[in-house]
Amino acid sequence: MAENVQNQGPQTTGHVWDDTLQEYNNPLPAWWIYGFYATIVFAVVYWLIYPSWPIGKGFLPGVFGNITYTNAEGQNESWHWNTRAKLLRETQEAAVMQKPYFDKLASLPFDKISKDPELSSFVTSAGKPLFADNCAACHQSGGGGKIGSYPNLADDNWIYGGSYEKIQETITKGRHGYMPPFAEALDAGQIKALASYVLSLSGNHADAALAAQGKDLFHSNTAACFYCHGDDAKGRQDIGSANLTDKVWLWANVPGAADDAGKLAEVEKVITGGLSKGVMPTWEGRLNQEQIKLLTVYVHELGGGK
Amino acid sequence: MKLNSELLETNAGVLLVATMLAISVGGLVEIAPLFLIKNTVEDIPGVRPYTPLESRGRDIYVREGCYTCHSQMIRPFRDEQLRYGHYSLAAESKYDHPFQWGSKRTGPDLARVGGKYSNEWHVQHLIQPTSVVPESVMPNYPWLSATPLDYSDVADRLRALRTVGVPYSASEAEYQANVKQFGPEVAETLRIDKAQENLVAQAQAGNFDGDRAFVSEADALIAYLQVLGTMVDFSKLKPEDLVKYR
Repeated sequence: MAENVQNQGPQTTGHVWDDTLQEYNNPLPAWWIYGFYATIVFAVVYWLIYPSWPIGKGFLPGVFGNITYTNAEGQNESWHWNTRAKLLRETQEAAVMQKPYFDKLASLPFDKISKDPELSSFVTSAGKPLFADNCAACHQSGGGGKIGSYPNLADDNWIYGGSYEKIQETITKGRHGYMPPFAEALDAGQIKALASYVLSLSGNHADAALAAQGKDLFHSNTAACFYCHGDDAKGRQDIGSANLTDKVWLWANVPGAADDAGKLAEVEKVITGGLSKGVMPTWEGRLNQEQIKLLTVYVHELGGGK
Repeated sequence: MKLNSELLETNAGVLLVATMLAISVGGLVEIAPLFLIKNTVEDIPGVRPYTPLESRGRDIYVREGCYTCHSQMIRPFRDEQLRYGHYSLAAESKYDHPFQWGSKRTGPDLARVGGKYSNEWHVQHLIQPTSVVPESVMPNYPWLSATPLDYSDVADRLRALRTVGVPYSASEAEYQANVKQFGPEVAETLRIDKAQENLVAQAQAGNFDGDRAFVSEADALIAYLQVLGTMVDFSKLKPEDLVKYR
């Protein structure tokens, strides 16, 4: 061959197109051809190790690559290599590493957890991604919440209670806020009076005469606000009714209103239309008990836990 | 004529046939066995066809091209399981035509988004994603909650899905079969003759977009999003049983 090349120039395939167009027939480079053979050998080895060729209704499961994991009965079990088995084993290995922390977390009462420096730092580091993945979409990163929609978790104001037990209950079971609309039960003047009274409760400027009228309505059976918000208007955490006497606003954006008329309109809007939102999803199906306990401590530690 | 490369290179028709044969080998080897291997689609309870409203929501999901940025396929990797939940099963998309697995994640995976957020969050997020997720790059979809849903042809759409194997019932016998397989409550939602009625009823009862005045496209889309990944009760399945399907 080498001689041919020397004597007669490069070999051609012998095809001639359009009278003169010819095609060289050079041999493939050795590195390429051996590389090609190597991929064939690799494929055969691969078939043997990993699940590969289909046979009837099953397939060649592969040898050598068996994966051992613990089954639901607590016994070790092996299965041929597949990504699900691999994931199960990896999850179990990771769980073993985290087990001392989670066991301690599960066994200690809430108030002891934050006093244990090692566990407390575990809660902070493991809670951060959990909070970011599951809670931050509504309560925002940092837990600051969003006025008009999602309560602030970093302050000391709690709708359903800020104790460890209440936070745990809220995460586990979820919540659903509700206030009936008063558009039909009350006329516009009554709603304005009530809104003035509600504003006056937290020290906002409001027409005194209207507020006095609103106060009577608040405690009357016509509007019956006291039934949920309490005689003192401080709300009831067992049903999640708001404390109207503090300066914390979730649904009516009073702090964001430009003037007194705007503030009044914000409160009127809530009384008129009521609320059927404030839905906190339930997490018991998505997170396990340990993760919920960890998040409970994490949220409690955000600043305002009671 | 000898059977050599010259034959292929000088006859376009022969080249075409030979190329197609060569390529189809790859397809046959990789795809065909999946239809024969009995473990491909897991035999697990819970997966049902979409209700008419969810099905229209899915159409809107496809129309708006949600799949170009969102996958619906949680792969069996630890990081994905930690973030998104249990890995997706083949059975969970057995009534999807076409499936919405997607191939790129600009946004997060949505395979288990059902129940993760409230309906109200979805409304706010569809109107303006940055209002709830400041760092989001998702476009605004404000028209969804303002546009009435066209459900005049929903029965035809279910009929089309039925022809590709989704068990929407067109006869009493099929309805009875669904009662047996899915229970009476689900079977009722799969009746083609009651598709419009069921769609409106679910939208009214669910009030997904927070506005009962009319059935909007957001109603349908949110109904669909809220059911994603929620049909299988994983607390009733042993992890090792799922391993053995592969």
